[in-house]
Amino acid sequence: MCLAVPALITEITDQQALCQVGEATIRARLDLVEEAAVGDYVLVHAGYAINRLEETDALEILSLMEEAAGLDKG
Amino acid sequence: MTRASTDGQRVLAAHRFRQMLAELVDRPIRLMEVCGTHSQAIGRFGLRQLLPADLRLLSGPGCPVCVTTPGEISAMIALATSGVIVCTFGDMMRVPGHTDNGSAPPTLSLAKAQGADVRVVYSPLQAVEIAQAHPDREVVFLGVGFETTAPAVAAAVLSAARQRVPNLSVFAAHKLVPPALVALLQSPGVALDGLLCPGHVSTIIGAQAYAPLVQQYGIPCAVAGFAPGEIMAGILSLVRQVRAGEARVDNDYARAVRPEGNPLALRTMYEVFRPADTTWRGLGTIADSGLAFREAYRGFDAVARHGVEVAVLPEPPGCCCGAVLRGAISPRDCPSFGDPCRPESPVGPCMVSSEGSCAAEWRYGQLAPEVREVTA
Amino acid sequence: MAEPVVTLAHGGGGASTRQLLRDILLPLLDPAHALHLEDAALLPAAAGSPAWAITTDGFTVRPLFFPGGDIGKLAVCGTVNDLAMRGARPEVLTVSMVLEEGLPLGTLERVVASMRATLDAVGAVVVAGDTKVVERGRGDGMFLSMSGLGKVQVSPPPAAFRAQPGDQVLINGPIGDHGIAVLAARENLGFSVAVESDCAPLWSLVETMLSAGGPDVHVLRDPTRGGLAAALNEIAADSRVGVIIREADLTVTAGVRGACDLLGFDPLTIANEGKVVAFVAPRQATAVLEAMRAHPLGRGSAVIGEVITDSPGRVLLETDLGTRRLVDMPGGELLPRIC
Repeated sequence: MCLAVPALITEITDQQALCQVGEATIRARLDLVEEAAVGDYVLVHAGYAINRLEETDALEILSLMEEAAGLDKG
Repeated sequence: MTRASTDGQRVLAAHRFRQMLAELVDRPIRLMEVCGTHSQAIGRFGLRQLLPADLRLLSGPGCPVCVTTPGEISAMIALATSGVIVCTFGDMMRVPGHTDNGSAPPTLSLAKAQGADVRVVYSPLQAVEIAQAHPDREVVFLGVGFETTAPAVAAAVLSAARQRVPNLSVFAAHKLVPPALVALLQSPGVALDGLLCPGHVSTIIGAQAYAPLVQQYGIPCAVAGFAPGEIMAGILSLVRQVRAGEARVDNDYARAVRPEGNPLALRTMYEVFRPADTTWRGLGTIADSGLAFREAYRGFDAVARHGVEVAVLPEPPGCCCGAVLRGAISPRDCPSFGDPCRPESPVGPCMVSSEGSCAAEWRYGQLAPEVREVTA
Repeated sequence: MAEPVVTLAHGGGGASTRQLLRDILLPLLDPAHALHLEDAALLPAAAGSPAWAITTDGFTVRPLFFPGGDIGKLAVCGTVNDLAMRGARPEVLTVSMVLEEGLPLGTLERVVASMRATLDAVGAVVVAGDTKVVERGRGDGMFLSMSGLGKVQVSPPPAAFRAQPGDQVLINGPIGDHGIAVLAARENLGFSVAVESDCAPLWSLVETMLSAGGPDVHVLRDPTRGGLAAALNEIAADSRVGVIIREADLTVTAGVRGACDLLGFDPLTIANEGKVVAFVAPRQATAVLEAMRAHPLGRGSAVIGEVITDSPGRVLLETDLGTRRLVDMPGGELLPRIC
């Protein structure tokens, strides 16, 4: 329903952040998140950071899949 | 997203997922992926091929473009041809409006080709900037989207209000997901065993937002992200709940979704908008399922400002988008699917949006049975 | 109420472009159905002498200069690459320029110098040209149109209808660089990325491929507008075969992937200007791959898939998960989306 990408905040000026998505750089407003700082991962949608992510979490898709695959008990 | 995992590991994970489901699914189970981005991801990753025959995944009403009514779309196109600058997300450009004489339906893309000033933006803030750059023109932003998008639009409105941008307004066609899910669960002929809940809407509204659905309708819910492993985790959660005869909200996207969601985003959204009745394609009018401007921000309401009339218009002839959006039929059951309705000549919105269930089925679902075999 | 008009989708190189050809252009210009829709047409030659390949192409790009290239380099590359895809060594080109009133002469000079440098690299010459000027506001700085003529170096020449079951599908590197570099340079989408266009003349690479594979190089295509998805769909349709490619063997740079995630694009549908897709008979596939890897423009070459007998006319992709899905012909204009 909504594309949002995990982005790493590299710079903040006022409420405006520069973020890395892969090797692409985007601008994102921080009006909708509390306490976002350089080094944080945020989800960016339509030019706004809509939530903060834990850095490790953003990289943990593989382990999630392993967990999904490894849980063989209902 | 991350490509850190090796291909061998991914194939192995998929194989294990398939084996586990084969063991767990011991009865017919019908799950709905509410969210169009899930539909699209499920198609793109070929996940349906991993499901046992008894497990069906139905696509739901979670594509904002698809649930926008024919009347709203026609009003947006009419606005574009009236001389204002219309700013829109790219998603809306090719959605067909209403036609009553059998000719090719109008779209924003066609209106642009015929001289309308339609600008594709990726953020509502760009509409504010465009309004500032053209103080002599009226600029209208087409506000389409669910709870994920509405806070960003509200924040852009607040920013325009702060900067006193007098020539910007918003056509607010936003829709709220939980009331639509209630309507869906209440509608006759919809028999669902579980809801795969939209990850990014949940980022805003929180996993707790589905608790009333669980309590009232006893339906298992799982909030899922959009990577293959996250979708698999969500499907497994739902199947386990169904098997155990339980119903709760599992949050399988905890890295992005907190129980309470994003209170600041919700406050921002409700500072500018208030809940209002609105009509969904396929689901009809649902109480408090849309967003209207609060009194303090009425000046930004494009509908009031430009005297826009949103008519009640019929679905395009031969279009079953409504039934598809309720999960009542599969895209393939629609007589228009493939002929004449195709992505390059869409009859209904579900074939336009790349996350529309018909477009996802067209793009990713047309495989002859002999190539469904999965190697692991 | 809506009279059919040209939209940007008709220029996207996908289904809408083909619709325009099928509905209007070909019935009027080719009533006898004599034309194959190839990158370049072959002109009959006297017995014993090689055929000539002829092509024509128009170029519009905004901005005129982008990382990795400019409209002049793009025009020469696009034209000579279309010849190369038929196994022809580019020899003579013509150019027609539509210039917009107000275009700085320095800009024109830079573009033409860039054309010159690319021509020198290829060993081709411009033998005829034309200039027209339109009023300010009626052209994006400049539009270029070029035609090219070259001698075919292999018999039978590669053609989109020659793919056969078992053929290996090769490509000379990562996909999507050109399209993303140009979009980023346009700046209105609010992202920047350190991706350079792959814009390059491919003849010398193709020459080494033909030396290694000869007539076993069945098909060559440069996946420009519409990307790899459009090129493979055209080949599958023209050869009436199925094509399967493997996601795991396709390379997409982190910059292109990030930009695609952001804008909701599929890298398979993004334009390339320095890539060649080759369908090669299995017995020569390794030799051709090695020849490609030994060439500066082919270091990232890989076998990405093969031709299959089932699913004729369709392109399938085996995902990282081992599942399969259809790769459809892209529709038309690339529009950034939020959902």
